[in-house]
Amino acid sequence: MIDFEPTPEQKEAIKIAHEFAKELFRPISRYYDEQEHESPQELIDKMWEKRHEGTLALGLDITAALRIEELCWGDAGLFLCIPGPGLGGAAIFASGTKEQLSRFLGHFNEGGPKWGGMAMTEPGCGSDTSAITTTAVRDGDEWVLNGEKIFVTYGKRALEDSDGLVVIWATVDKSAGRAGMKSFVVPAKTPGARVEKLEKKLGIRASDTATIILDNCRIPFENILGSPEVKKVDKSETKGFKGAMATFDATRPIIAAQAIGVGRAALDFVKETLENEGIKIRYVVPKQKLTALERDVMEMEANYKAAKLLTLRALWMMSQLQPNSLESSMAKAKAGLAVTKITQKAVEIMGPLGYSRKYLLEKWMRDAKINDIFEGTGQINMLIVARRILNYSRDQLK
Amino acid sequence: MISFSPTEEQQMIVSMAKQLANDEMRKIYRECDENGAIPDSVIDTAWKMGLTSGSIPEEYGGPGGEHSAITGSLLAEELAWGDLSMAMHILCPALFAYPVLEMGTETQRKKYLPLFCDEKYKAATAAFIEPRFGFDPYSLSTVARPDGNGYVLDGKKCYVPLAAEADLLLIYAAENGSSQGFIIEKGTKGLEIGERERNMGIKALATYELSLKNCRVPKENRLGGSKGCDFNRIINCSRVALSAMAVGVAKAAFEYSRDYAKERIAFGEPIASRQAIAFMLAEMAIEIDATRLMTWEAAWKLDRKEEATKEASLVKSYSDDMVIMVTDRAVQILGGHGYVREHPVELWLRNGRGFAAFDGMAIV
Repeated sequence: MIDFEPTPEQKEAIKIAHEFAKELFRPISRYYDEQEHESPQELIDKMWEKRHEGTLALGLDITAALRIEELCWGDAGLFLCIPGPGLGGAAIFASGTKEQLSRFLGHFNEGGPKWGGMAMTEPGCGSDTSAITTTAVRDGDEWVLNGEKIFVTYGKRALEDSDGLVVIWATVDKSAGRAGMKSFVVPAKTPGARVEKLEKKLGIRASDTATIILDNCRIPFENILGSPEVKKVDKSETKGFKGAMATFDATRPIIAAQAIGVGRAALDFVKETLENEGIKIRYVVPKQKLTALERDVMEMEANYKAAKLLTLRALWMMSQLQPNSLESSMAKAKAGLAVTKITQKAVEIMGPLGYSRKYLLEKWMRDAKINDIFEGTGQINMLIVARRILNYSRDQLK
Repeated sequence: MISFSPTEEQQMIVSMAKQLANDEMRKIYRECDENGAIPDSVIDTAWKMGLTSGSIPEEYGGPGGEHSAITGSLLAEELAWGDLSMAMHILCPALFAYPVLEMGTETQRKKYLPLFCDEKYKAATAAFIEPRFGFDPYSLSTVARPDGNGYVLDGKKCYVPLAAEADLLLIYAAENGSSQGFIIEKGTKGLEIGERERNMGIKALATYELSLKNCRVPKENRLGGSKGCDFNRIINCSRVALSAMAVGVAKAAFEYSRDYAKERIAFGEPIASRQAIAFMLAEMAIEIDATRLMTWEAAWKLDRKEEATKEASLVKSYSDDMVIMVTDRAVQILGGHGYVREHPVELWLRNGRGFAAFDGMAIV
């Protein structure tokens, strides 16, 4: 049955996350935007505690997405400080064995806060993940990793500040192209893996975005996710690369949920401000009688809704074990673009209030933009959607 | 619990409608558009499927299926995918029957609903839009003045589907500033059906202007009796239906232009293998899906009898824009071939353009 009603548990999750965002994120939102690279330690401890209570559990399902929307409504940068297995965990879930799951993620339920990062991007490759140059060479019972990874979310927290882990994508055989791409778990404080620098960014400044250098970094042979074999039979259909892409099918709607949280923050700000000014959006009035302002706000609201519903559908399909690559990319493409537009329009509509750092709107505009970039840019997701609807391979549609 | 899966019954209705759309409507839509007429056989086939009467309760002679806006949306999308003119024609009796079913007095229901449970298609309609700039359903120019034991109606309506052949018409008019429905039977004095309208699109659907001059309506013909009708809900149900139809038209245009783009070779490759074309198609697909989901959400609210004005209005406005974007791009992807009437996309563009003007011409 088609239904849009969250379960009572989901409603409770939304409520708790909203209060958390309102009371713990919003008051320090501006501070950590301006004090880039300063760690919100107190908040992190609290989030770790909540995570153990289960009230901030961030899986890859509808409940998590609803929670994430609220948290990112609070602050998308602080949201990205929440300790947990994160994207690294998602990669391990997608292609790890049972034994690996317990070995790598078991300790995430104990001790102090820890993070799981995922390192894909390199200085010479972004969206074209198959062009990775970081190498993994087998040496007896070990893999030796060499290369440079950039834009690793939680990179420093995962590798240096906690006993977390980073999943590193590397090639075991450059001549094999995608087939040679494998992922490896590098636990925190592994010798040879170090954080070189932290990026200074347009937005989500509370989130650490690290460059990681792998310099003869040795990890046990068993730290490879999936099979070490390189199958050269079919270049485009290989497990390692598929593992990365399966991870994205699951995480893209979650990024979309982050996006819509920021979008709603801006939308709520605009609507509240207008309400305080005595301006009501007249939904019943025909289009030709609406003010330009009403049209703008309605368009923002509709785009928010469109993005949210596409996101929920992609996650629902995953819960039904249906392939959702198309729908995930649809959600991500739409959400990234929608909130970019929503927040930019909000700044425009609010004029001086929008542009001033006295309010958070300008920050949300800066924060929102990342959603159209990370986990596949808007264009890459459009490309995926296009390939799926045309039933084209990557060679047929480049 | 959040779910995007139609019920088994809904899936059955959808597959029935899809079959009708594919096997019959799609075979004749072009000649219908050129000739401005729809053969009775299609309408009769659809009628026998019980697409309108299905939700009329047993006590009024119907099969007593659940009346659901979600089901109505699913159905409207499939039929509009087949052809918009035919979809509106097939579903036209609902413009009269559904408001009576939901809001009519017991007497009205007993009198009118059984008429829709016959073997034969029952032509009935509703007059909603008015021929003027700035038409606003909440501030109608057609007025209903209380007079003795009834009302006197005056005003003009347009885009009234099947007005000439309809035995029953539901006229929306302003009564002391609030919009209400009035039931008028064919031949009532003061009701004049004008010439058939000539529109850019939906050419196969017969629509008319009509005028009401000192048209007397007995008191008991006020929809919902002394309680009146929930006009807001009628508008919302209509906007959801039209949004669903816009999705159907857009989907037709998307599929056709997608298939064409895969076959059309330029510079040695299918044009679909160029991002300029592929990205257009990707955006079309995303917006169609997004609009469908928004339609479902608004319909879901209607089924729960919740206030759905905001959702219905947002999706109507969104779908108006979406369908024109999609159908225009379909023409663009076909290029010169999209402009000639050998291909259907120009027809879908003409039909798609209409949605911004349509209000109250379909209902779930």
